[in-house]
Amino acid sequence: MIEKEIVQDKTYFLQMKEHPWLSVASFVGIFLFWEMVSRMEWVPPLFLPSPSGILLEGWAMLKTGLIFKHILASLSRILWGFVIACSFGVAVGISIGFFSIPEAVGNPIIAATFPIPKIAILPLLILWLGIGEASKVAVIALGVFFPMVINVYTGVKNVDPLLIKAALSLGSNRARIIRKVILPSILPMVFAGMKLGIGIALLLVVAAEMVAADAGIGFMILTAADLMQTKKLMVGLIILSLLGIFFNWLFQKLERVFIPWKQ
Amino acid sequence: MKVLIDHISKTYVDRKGERTEALQDIHFAIEENEFVVVVGPSGCGKSTLLNIIAGLLSPTSGQVIFEGTRTNTKPHTAVVFQDFALFPWRTVLKNIVYGLEEKGLNKTEQSTIAEQFISMVGLRGFEKKYPHQLSGGMKQRVSIARALANDPLLLLMDEPFSALDAQTRTLMQYELSRIWEETQKSFLYITHNIQEAVFLGDRVVILSRRPGKVLSIMKIDLPRPRNEHLTVEKKYLEYVNAIWRYIKEQAWEALEEKT
Ligand SMILES: Nc1ncnc2c1ncn2[C@@H]1O[C@H](COP(=O)(O)OP(=O)(O)OP(=O)(O)O)[C@@H](O)[C@H]1O
Ligand SMILES: [Mg+2]
Repeated sequence: MIEKEIVQDKTYFLQMKEHPWLSVASFVGIFLFWEMVSRMEWVPPLFLPSPSGILLEGWAMLKTGLIFKHILASLSRILWGFVIACSFGVAVGISIGFFSIPEAVGNPIIAATFPIPKIAILPLLILWLGIGEASKVAVIALGVFFPMVINVYTGVKNVDPLLIKAALSLGSNRARIIRKVILPSILPMVFAGMKLGIGIALLLVVAAEMVAADAGIGFMILTAADLMQTKKLMVGLIILSLLGIFFNWLFQKLERVFIPWKQ
Repeated sequence: MKVLIDHISKTYVDRKGERTEALQDIHFAIEENEFVVVVGPSGCGKSTLLNIIAGLLSPTSGQVIFEGTRTNTKPHTAVVFQDFALFPWRTVLKNIVYGLEEKGLNKTEQSTIAEQFISMVGLRGFEKKYPHQLSGGMKQRVSIARALANDPLLLLMDEPFSALDAQTRTLMQYELSRIWEETQKSFLYITHNIQEAVFLGDRVVILSRRPGKVLSIMKIDLPRPRNEHLTVEKKYLEYVNAIWRYIKEQAWEALEEKT
């Protein structure tokens, strides 16, 4: 008997379909629902203000310019801490990854200090550096340093030894190998470290500002809560979310620019 | 210039202290402008030998000596690795000038030399491409151009065409033969393909299975330039058969040992 059977693609379920409209719809849906919940006062607005109310509050804060003071204060702390942490992280990571003596010295120190939640070090840092900017920048720097150094170290350990051999055979010395082989090889890991780090930086800046500050998003959120200004508090949360999204976007763009050999 | 591979032996010792004897008393010389091919069964220590000659691995005993060189020509060797070893973050052009940067040549000198080798290996128009945008054969040509651009006294090649399909491989053999005639350098070429060895070589060093020992060194007395007509000539086939007889036993023994 002759039968006809058309071959089916058995892997069809692996092809992830994209549902852009669903993402938008669910996002909008949640906000509409939320709006309804607070408009109908199912939950008291003091506990859950409506999205439109939050937006209006944010707009008001924008117009008075008050919000910028807080954003700038937090951003400058993040920026300083981040830049310091990344520079040290890359330098230390390369040293302990590439040279045996720094590795022997550095590894146990990092292993011992890495597990300490960085926020627990803040009181000590305040004791040492005072209540001002330095201690806040330092705690952020510490928090970002560890994921960076660990990523860079792993990156250096995973550099293709064949590429190092190729560079040696073409006349590179060790310093040139670090610059021309190790550095470009670890760039993807550096970016991964930065993406991890920015989340930690946001967390720590808020925490540090809640302990002691007179400006900053963390400070703003805390004072808003004290005064039961729930809308203002929510504005703070939205700013944090936007900052996180912005930095992720920024790093993705930078990655494209700096790593053009990866499509 | 002459390169003496002077009684090289190599025993690997791994972390557990287990020893693998890879090479045993390898002794031969590479003359100026000579194309020497090393053939041997898989795992006999060919790559080990190449790395030792390139100064990328220390021998357990013996030494590699370059005679009649001037120090200002360093590095003396350049390597074409089996897996290309191109820098993925560098374009074709940037890969080729890598060694020239290390020699401290200025930008114009670099690009003049690069231009020359880019046309020699037929990669015009691909200067700005990244390695991942190239086919295997093109990558291998970049790798050859990069090595040649560095103007080594001795070019070392580790099974450079083994990842290529048969047609590309044949064409690349013709190309390499032509390039060697053009550059008049010493080449050391590693392969386990006997036809390739006879087609390319002035001399073929036949290694035994592991630990690699020199079984025989055969002078290949065939006219140059070599081209496709050669591969049907009686003399060529005789050489191929003669080497095959050496290798056959070795290959059988190795196979039996494994199973
Ligand atoms: N780093 C190493 N440590 C221990 N043993 C090794 C090491 N490198 C190679 N060997 C062993 O030495 C022997 C020779 O290896 P080598 O890579 O030189 O062989 P080869 O002739 O190039 O083989 P192929 O034709 O498959 O490329 C092999 O048996 C291999 O297992
Ligand atoms: Mg090999």
